[in-house]
Amino acid sequence: MTLALLNGRIVTPGGVIEGGVLIRDGRIAAVGPFEVPTGAQTIDVRGKLIAPGIVDVGVFAIDMPAFVAGGITRALLMPDQSPPLDTVALIQRAAAAGKPHVWIHPLAAATKGLKGGDLAEIGLMARGGATGVATGREWIADSAVMLRLLSYAGALGLVTISHPEDGGLVRGAVATESEAATRMGLPAAPAEAEALAVQRDLLLAEITGAPIHFRQVTTARAIDLIRAAKAKGLPVTCGITPAHFLLSDVAMGDFRTFSRLSPPLRDEADRLACVAALADGTIDLICSGHDPRGPEAKRLPFSDAEPGMAGAETLLALSLALVRDSHVPIERLFQLLSTTPAHRFGLPAGAIEQGAEADLLIVDEHAPWRINSEQLVASAGNTPFDGLPVEGRVVTTVKGGTILG
Amino acid sequence: MSSAPPRSRDERLGVHPFPHRHLLGIAGLAPHEILYLLDEAEQWIALNRSTAKRDDRLHGLTQINAFFENSTRTLLSFEIAGKRLGMDVVNMAVATSSVKKGETLIDTAITLNAMRPDVIVIRHDASGAVRLIADKVDCPVLNAGDGRHEHPTQALLDALTIRRRKGRIAGLTVAICGDVLHSRVARSNILALGTLGADVRVVGPPTLLPPQIERMGVTRFTDFDAGLEGADVVMMLRLQSERMDGAFVPSPREYHALYGLTAERLARAAPDALVMHPGPMNRGVEIASDVADDLNRSAIPEQVEMGVALRMACLDVLTRGQRGVEGWA
Repeated sequence: MTLALLNGRIVTPGGVIEGGVLIRDGRIAAVGPFEVPTGAQTIDVRGKLIAPGIVDVGVFAIDMPAFVAGGITRALLMPDQSPPLDTVALIQRAAAAGKPHVWIHPLAAATKGLKGGDLAEIGLMARGGATGVATGREWIADSAVMLRLLSYAGALGLVTISHPEDGGLVRGAVATESEAATRMGLPAAPAEAEALAVQRDLLLAEITGAPIHFRQVTTARAIDLIRAAKAKGLPVTCGITPAHFLLSDVAMGDFRTFSRLSPPLRDEADRLACVAALADGTIDLICSGHDPRGPEAKRLPFSDAEPGMAGAETLLALSLALVRDSHVPIERLFQLLSTTPAHRFGLPAGAIEQGAEADLLIVDEHAPWRINSEQLVASAGNTPFDGLPVEGRVVTTVKGGTILG
Repeated sequence: MSSAPPRSRDERLGVHPFPHRHLLGIAGLAPHEILYLLDEAEQWIALNRSTAKRDDRLHGLTQINAFFENSTRTLLSFEIAGKRLGMDVVNMAVATSSVKKGETLIDTAITLNAMRPDVIVIRHDASGAVRLIADKVDCPVLNAGDGRHEHPTQALLDALTIRRRKGRIAGLTVAICGDVLHSRVARSNILALGTLGADVRVVGPPTLLPPQIERMGVTRFTDFDAGLEGADVVMMLRLQSERMDGAFVPSPREYHALYGLTAERLARAAPDALVMHPGPMNRGVEIASDVADDLNRSAIPEQVEMGVALRMACLDVLTRGQRGVEGWA
């Protein structure tokens, strides 16, 4: 099977180049100018972007229609499933769930049942296909357990994904301490709960020399700590979702439960710090945090609603705002969405180059549309961006040379 | 049946002075709208003090009091208010309701709505819950307290009490003291009294004052004595130990020593300072009994009395549209 994408603008790490991509037997055979082989299927992409498929770090649900619509070709699945991914069998089953289309890369639960106590069988799960280790939706309160986790996982060559929020400070809180939370009478925790957890985990990572990734950082203080740790050469990376670089806690107005997130939305100063950190490279990757929640979890009073948003389909369109606002160039955006996530977790993806697996997207970066929670193909439409007009849409998602949609 | 009140200029012109479908909070109300409700309440005080105590202008209407959180005083106040206006008042028993069995609040709202009430009064322990219900029903909704968010009728009855005792609200210094963090009464009072021109202070231990409360236009004091200095009104709040899942204060004994209102402490306030409390009181904790029971200083029983009149006013005003009162349809 040979597929030739012609007349595109190809996103490469060095910038955007004009040309096409030739795909043969699921792999990229040529990039740029090439002679179209006889019998090849051809698609004239008419000047649209050809970009590497998105590698989404830390989704909470396997949601194929949303992944395909959003251009996600590989998704790292959080262990917060029912039951938690803390055994080899569960890891193997999750790893097989998406093939041959969107590949699911499960993350092993760091502790049994994600309870923060005993270490789970991380080594066996790694052999069974776990791509990394994660603490789940919460941090590990016991510093000794976290120290042993980093040490053990690091020795196995696994990156530990931490949820950085001090559990004591955020217990019962549903918002960040702020004027908005005070006016709304919502239980809130100081934004510094994040920096406290980041600081502790960075110290433990320094002791062990183990790689650590903070799935989401959302505050200026935590970003400063990570910036300093990187300057010291620590193997630390961090991610963010569009909600945290585009929205502030004002979005909780009228008790809109679609804006109930974990970590919660922060104030405007923190949001601007996140944008600056994306521009200067302190934040390494953008993820969707895809966590579809039905009405049973969201049509409740704000503090009773479950945190989380459906993010897969809107990830690219929202992230393109960074390019339009000149915070990052387009090639850097795809490093944030594809290249860095793939490299960080050792996945053979993230670049359009000869010999690589053909995971790529055709993107109309100027296509206008309006996010409508009722029209999303995700299993639930809980997006705080409901009604927002955006630009940029995935036209075609190709995984391993197969057109998915 | 008493005669209809004289119509205001706005009513005669067809622009009614309270253009809100529900009463969910003080936020969003203009000063003249707050004052209109207070003025309307005045007429009911006289009725309530008479032997007749009955005005059937809401005869035939159904009021549902859906209280998802325990309450005796507020529930009784709304029940009496509704009955004195001639309504059929139904109290929803939460302990036996299906909400306890996992029915969502929205299902409950839809169910209540299907029974075609004319007004629903709601109390809930979650901030924003009343708004959630209000969006799903066809009749006016009155917030009788939602979580830590708002308790608008309490703030209005407090304002009415202050205005009657002091003759004004603008320019007064009001100290709201105690557990402000967990208090919906405090939030609504900050908004109402601030909107009406009072100089509002919040006073309490730092663990019980919400962050950035100054952004609501108040001055923050953690020294009780300093906060009381020269205050015209001292509004005490109940220490809500049932809402605390951590150690906010070391003990009731220490709390009383540092933040309990005693006669000696009260001497720091203005000589004729009014003492208020939304009740129920923790006597010997946030307030000493001799202060609470001093009728020269304490307006606590009067607050309860004003509560019925104020709630009658709210029920009357909010149902005028559906009753086809001229100028309100």
